[in-house]
Amino acid sequence: MTTVTLEAGAPIGASPPADCSIVTRGLTKQFKGGQVAVDALDLAVPRGSVYGFLGPNGSGKTTTIRMLLGLVTPTSGECEVLGEPMPRGVATALPRVGALVEGPAFYPYLSGEANLLRFDAADPTASGRTAKARVTRALERVGLSAAASKRYRAYSLGMRQRLAIAAALLGPRELLILDEPTNGLDPQGTREVRALVKEIAADGTTVFVSSHLLAEVEQMCTHAAIMRTGRLVAQGTIASLNGGLATRIRIETPDIADAARVLRGLGLTEVRTGADVSADLGGHAPERVNAELVAQGVAVRGLAVVRPSLEEVFVGLTGEGFDVDG
Amino acid sequence: MSTADTRRTPGLVPVSETRESTERTPPLTATGPVAATGSAAEASGGVGRGWAFGRMARSELGLTFRRPRNLAMLAVLAMVPVLIGVVVRLIGAEDADGGPGGAGGLVAQTAGNGLMLTFAALFVLVPLLLPVAVSVVAGDSIAGEASAGTLRYLLAAPAGRTRLLVVKYANAVVFCLAATGVVALAALVTGLVLFPTGPVTLLSGTTVSFAEGLLRSLIVVGYVTAGMAALAAVALALSTFTEVPIGAIASTVVLVIVTQVLSAIPQLEVIKPYLLPTYWTGFDGVLRDPVAVGDLTQGLLAFGAYVLLFGSIAWARFTGRDITA
Repeated sequence: MTTVTLEAGAPIGASPPADCSIVTRGLTKQFKGGQVAVDALDLAVPRGSVYGFLGPNGSGKTTTIRMLLGLVTPTSGECEVLGEPMPRGVATALPRVGALVEGPAFYPYLSGEANLLRFDAADPTASGRTAKARVTRALERVGLSAAASKRYRAYSLGMRQRLAIAAALLGPRELLILDEPTNGLDPQGTREVRALVKEIAADGTTVFVSSHLLAEVEQMCTHAAIMRTGRLVAQGTIASLNGGLATRIRIETPDIADAARVLRGLGLTEVRTGADVSADLGGHAPERVNAELVAQGVAVRGLAVVRPSLEEVFVGLTGEGFDVDG
Repeated sequence: MSTADTRRTPGLVPVSETRESTERTPPLTATGPVAATGSAAEASGGVGRGWAFGRMARSELGLTFRRPRNLAMLAVLAMVPVLIGVVVRLIGAEDADGGPGGAGGLVAQTAGNGLMLTFAALFVLVPLLLPVAVSVVAGDSIAGEASAGTLRYLLAAPAGRTRLLVVKYANAVVFCLAATGVVALAALVTGLVLFPTGPVTLLSGTTVSFAEGLLRSLIVVGYVTAGMAALAAVALALSTFTEVPIGAIASTVVLVIVTQVLSAIPQLEVIKPYLLPTYWTGFDGVLRDPVAVGDLTQGLLAFGAYVLLFGSIAWARFTGRDITA
C-alpha cells in the first residue's frame, strides 16, 4: 500500500516553529543488519504541547525515542532536545528530561524508594540533600506511597509502570518522554495517568507520549505525529489531523433513494447508500439538510453528523492489517 | 496558634503536649527542602562534580555490598582461611605440607606462627577463587545493568557513559580490596586464635618482629588487590561487549584458567611475561629480606599496563555503542 500523505503533515517539517522542545531533521537510523528503523524523520514538538507519537508496532517509535535520549546514535540527520544537539548535549539536556523508555526496569532486590534514590544518584545535577523529599513526592504523585518500602520484585505490573513514571518525575522537568505510559495499567490507572499528564502539561511541561492507543492520544494530546515503517506520514494538531478526513452526515430513513437524490440535489458529494444514507457534509449546515429532506417528504428517523476519529485517520495512513511492518 | 489548639484538647498532660509539638515541628522544616527542590536543582552548578560523583559511587557501593550474592561470595572467601587453619591444627603441619600448590611451605609454617596463615590463605585463593569472585562483580557491572534494562535509565538520568564506567570500575576495585581484606582478616583472626604468635621467620630465614610482619601482610593485601584490579579491568571490558552478564563472567574465568594452563607449559615460557596470573603470586617477594622490590614493581607495572589497555578497550566500546537493551 502506498503512503497516504495528508496536507497536515507537510507544512511543519519544512520550517519548524522557533519554540520547540524536540526538533529532528532528516533523522535516520540504519542498524548493522541493514534494516532502516527510522527514515528521514522531521519532527517538531512545540514547547508546552502534549504530543502523541503514534505508529504500529515496529514503526520506529522506540528507536526514535532512544535517539532523542542519546542512547542510540543516528546514522544521519540531526536531533535537538531542549535546544541541545543529541547525543552530544546529553549532559546538559537530559537532567531537564524525564523519560520512560520501553517499559519499567528496576533492581528487583531493592525497594521502590531505594530504586528511585539509585537513579536520582546517577543524575549529576540532582542534589542529594533534597533526594529523599523528591523521591517521596514522586511516589506520592503516582500513588505508590504505601508500597514505597516494598521490594520491586513484589510489585504488580501496574505498580512497576507507576514506579517508572515516578522515576521520570524525580526533578523539575521541562520535557517528559513517555513510551507507552499506560501499558499494563488497569482502567483506573489509565485514567490516573491521563490526569497526571494533563496536570504536568498544565505546569508548562512538554509531554511527548508514544502510544498505539488512539482514543487515549485523542483525549490527552494537543498534537500528534503518525509513523509508518520508519517514516513520518502525518504531523500536526489533533484538529488538523482529524480535519484531513471529511465530516460526514448520516441519515436513517426508509426512503433511501429519495434521500440520496435530495442530498445530491443540495450539492453534497460522496453520497453512499446502504442501510442508511451518508455523504460528506462539506460546508452545509446539518439543520438545513434536515429541513430540505423533510420538505421533500423524506421520512427522517435519525440524523447524525459523524466526525472522523483519530483511529480512522490512523488506519487510513498506516493500513488496516495486523502485519508488523518490516 | 497550634499550642492554643493543643491546650484546648481535654485530657492532655503537658508531656504529651511537648511531644506533639516536637512531632509537629519536623514537617514544617521538611517543607523547606521540598519547596526549594526546584531552586536547589537549578543551583546544581554549585553542587559540584566531585560531590555528585561521590554520591553515585556511594550508591554503587551500596548496591554491591547489599547484594546477597556478593555477600555470600565474601563469606565463602572468609571461610577458606578458617578451614586451612583448622585442618593444619588438627592434622599437624608435617602432614599438611605439600598441600595445595606452592602454598605448602607456607601452610607448614603457619603451625609455627599464626601470621603466616594470612600469606598461606592468599597463596591458596589467588589462583582461582579470588579471581572468580572479582569476575562476578566486575563482569556483571555493565552487562548486568544492560540485561536488567536499568542501563538505559541510568544513561537517561543522565549518568554519562564515561562517568558510569569510572564509577563501575572504582566499585570493582573496592570489591577487590574488600575480598582480599576479608581473606586477610579472617586468616589473621584464625591464626591468632589457633597458633602461637611472635616474631615472624621469613622465607629467606631472617626473623622480623610481629609488628613488621603485620605491616608486610598489609603490603601483600595491597599487592593482591592491585592484581585483582587488573583482572577487574579485563572483566569490565568484556562486560561492555555483551548484554548477558554470565557471558562476561564466564569468559573472564575461562581466560584466567586458560592463562594459568598456558603458563604451566614449559615450551610456552616466552609468553609467560605477558600473562596476568604470572604476577599474582609475586607477593612472596614481601616475605624475603630485603623485600624483593624489583619483583613487586614489575608486577605492579604489569597490572598497570593491563588496567590501561583494558580500560581503554572498555571506554572505546562503551562510549561508542548503541544501547538497545
